Amino acid sequence: MAVSPDDLLLGPYRVLDLTDERGLLCGKILGDLGADVVQVEPPGGSPARRLGPFYGGDPGLDKSLFWWAYAANKRGITLDLEHSDGRALLERLAVSADFVIESFEPGYLDGLGVGYSRMLELNPGAVVVSITAFGQDGPYAGYPASDITGMALGGFMHLTGDPDRAPLRPGFPHFYLHGSAAGAAGAMLAHTHRALTGEGQRVDVSCQQAVARTLAHAPQIWDIEGAVLQRMGVYRQTSGENRVRINWPCADGYVNYMLQGGGVAASTRALFQWMEEDGFDVGQLQAIEWENMGYGRITPEVMDLVVGPMGDFFLRHTREELTRESLSRRILLFPVATPSDLRRHPQLAARGYFTPLEHPELGTAVDYPGAFIKGGDGSAVAGLRRRAPLVGEHNLEIYGGELGLSGDEIESLRRGGAI
Amino acid sequence: MAQESLARKQPVRKPLDGVNVLDFCWVAVGPMTTKYLGEYGAAVVRVESAKRPGTLRSAAPFRDGVSGINRSTYFASYNANKMGITVDMRHSRARELMLRLAGWAHIVTENFTPGTMEGWGLGFEELRAVNPGLVMFSASMMGRGGPMERQPGFGPVLSSLVGLTNLTGWPDRTPVNPYGAYTDFIVPRFAVAAILAALDYSRRTGEGRHLDLSQLEASMHFLAPLLLDYTANGREQGRQGNRDAGAAPHGVYPCLGEDRWLALACRTDEQWQALLNAVEPEGGPLHGDSFATLLGRKANEDELDGLVARWTARQGQRALMRRLQEAGVPAGMVNDPRDLFDDPQLQHRQHFRWLEHPEIGPYATDRSEFELSLTPGSLDTPAPLLGQHNAHFLREVIGLSDDEYGSLERDGVLE
Repeated sequence: MAVSPDDLLLGPYRVLDLTDERGLLCGKILGDLGADVVQVEPPGGSPARRLGPFYGGDPGLDKSLFWWAYAANKRGITLDLEHSDGRALLERLAVSADFVIESFEPGYLDGLGVGYSRMLELNPGAVVVSITAFGQDGPYAGYPASDITGMALGGFMHLTGDPDRAPLRPGFPHFYLHGSAAGAAGAMLAHTHRALTGEGQRVDVSCQQAVARTLAHAPQIWDIEGAVLQRMGVYRQTSGENRVRINWPCADGYVNYMLQGGGVAASTRALFQWMEEDGFDVGQLQAIEWENMGYGRITPEVMDLVVGPMGDFFLRHTREELTRESLSRRILLFPVATPSDLRRHPQLAARGYFTPLEHPELGTAVDYPGAFIKGGDGSAVAGLRRRAPLVGEHNLEIYGGELGLSGDEIESLRRGGAI
Repeated sequence: MAQESLARKQPVRKPLDGVNVLDFCWVAVGPMTTKYLGEYGAAVVRVESAKRPGTLRSAAPFRDGVSGINRSTYFASYNANKMGITVDMRHSRARELMLRLAGWAHIVTENFTPGTMEGWGLGFEELRAVNPGLVMFSASMMGRGGPMERQPGFGPVLSSLVGLTNLTGWPDRTPVNPYGAYTDFIVPRFAVAAILAALDYSRRTGEGRHLDLSQLEASMHFLAPLLLDYTANGREQGRQGNRDAGAAPHGVYPCLGEDRWLALACRTDEQWQALLNAVEPEGGPLHGDSFATLLGRKANEDELDGLVARWTARQGQRALMRRLQEAGVPAGMVNDPRDLFDDPQLQHRQHFRWLEHPEIGPYATDRSEFELSLTPGSLDTPAPLLGQHNAHFLREVIGLSDDEYGSLERDGVLE
């Protein structure tokens, strides 16, 4: 069920979102929480509309699923920032915006005279979020970037992939998503200050730093032990020479089981118990003092004892069997899931996660990933209300209805190329 | 007088000054969430158990290889700027103490298996009864309610469950996890935004809110377009290594040295021409017709990658990155953990902050990935020793009397 903005947490606030594909998620998060997000696109439509996959495989401007995913909950207007009338409209919109989000190269908006200092001049309470690959300043600030070069410089790729091949990025581009999500957190910090003082400010996000913050204790292992963690393919290096296997083939696909001791030794013992019921000799494995092997303390010798019998055991069972039985035995095993598994996932179904949104122009409704957070009593604090806008879909509503431009003025702006 | 007014003019202001957080979070996803709150001014108090300390306290790395309950740098990194108290939550008097602390707190955070807080008599309704404006944040693997709410688990396996593992890897091999407890690092930004939105709601309306975050559900937003590809088109995508449908060359190429690599991406004609001029200024096989268009380069991508790799393998990664960047080709060396400390951009942004810890000594922790121009955050104090702030927090901040504090100690409510 689509939700009403009145119940949501950020109902009273307005976001002016100037981002392209590099920053859409930031405004999407604020929009999901209830803010009224006005997405500003150049007159031909956002470059994010060129990113696949596409609805029905048709690469039309209004059929990008990337756009659908990250521009949902937003209203859309077109506006040419490089046109003086376009900038005049932007300035009028900025006056009533609580948040302005942008993802241009550093200095671009300043060069047009509508950078953050101008925004704060027009609206001293504005929270201006700038999302860039490396941040607004520093030796790399002017460098061109892309997802893969950012994931490399953020330190993520060195740690992902098989040891005998090149480092890998995650299978979906995450570099800018990390920075965009961080932008929402930073925006709300700045908002919290503004709510008490009326003072706006700038939030300058570095996607490289956002990625560097996903590395768990890898930097500390270098800093404290002088050791450089290596990528380990289906294994995971936990500390120094120690590693544990995570991904295992089973009868019909893959499962994820990370051998662990310490506080979760019971899961390991429960799995050995099941293996024993299956006819495996696990006496030697149960004799190991798992309770004393906290994270990072399972040695290669111990791992070598386990990996053969455990691998054989998994190959005897299907993903579904392993998953179902592990749940009842409290074994920390999970399927390596695909989208179809998620669509059928009993927990997601019970919580009503997937949310249908109407696409009337296509005569269909599509199930979307739903609210990223709920009320503890099941009520909506965030959620989906509308599909992503068509190009310029809300021009009349906003320029006419809200800014009060006449039909003739809107036509002039359109003919002049400003909108 | 003059000095006093000067001091008043230049206060060190942070956005969450005056916000109190009672923090039951443990492992990584919760503590990383509340680390942001502490960095930006909130008073965060970790409630821990001395009898059953959290997993991270026993996690490597340890200085000099010597383990100890206060010596995990993994724990120390995620708990900077927080205070710590140790309470036996199973003690019959723990609830009375916690209800008193709930009156102090604006935000309560926890990431136990759903039902744990209720089991202690500290569910949201009970906390709200003493503090109607309270924001409570609960994070769990798969959210509250539903048939799998109590399934145990943690980040490293969640990557598989959310569909990220199946997408990551080479098409001809077993998929691999994105490094580490990956979703633990996706979730905290969503969490901070929502917690502060609820705080705003509470300040405006006087009504507290309970937030229920499923790590699975939040993380799915990091592959939402591919989920739509399934729900709208019935299509499931496979693993592509480092390739990208809209760019070629696009990948990671070997450089001089052991396990040294450079990532590069040519999405536009200009980027491709710039690369071509760098690799083969005098002409050569890459100038052939088969590589002249994106479709041609995609159709001959193995050969293209081989030629590019032959060129990169003769060069140092850092110098090559600079050269290509200056030519307009997106290029980035594959930084390993050691390289991060030497990265000129991260240094410029002062990404790492060193804190002095009484048992570990100086240790590095990362600052937030954003700068707030008016009210910047800062990391000033190392993670708490186990129970370090029992007396300070309960007596000086909460204001327990000598008798009250003494009886909590004697009864073993404080561990």
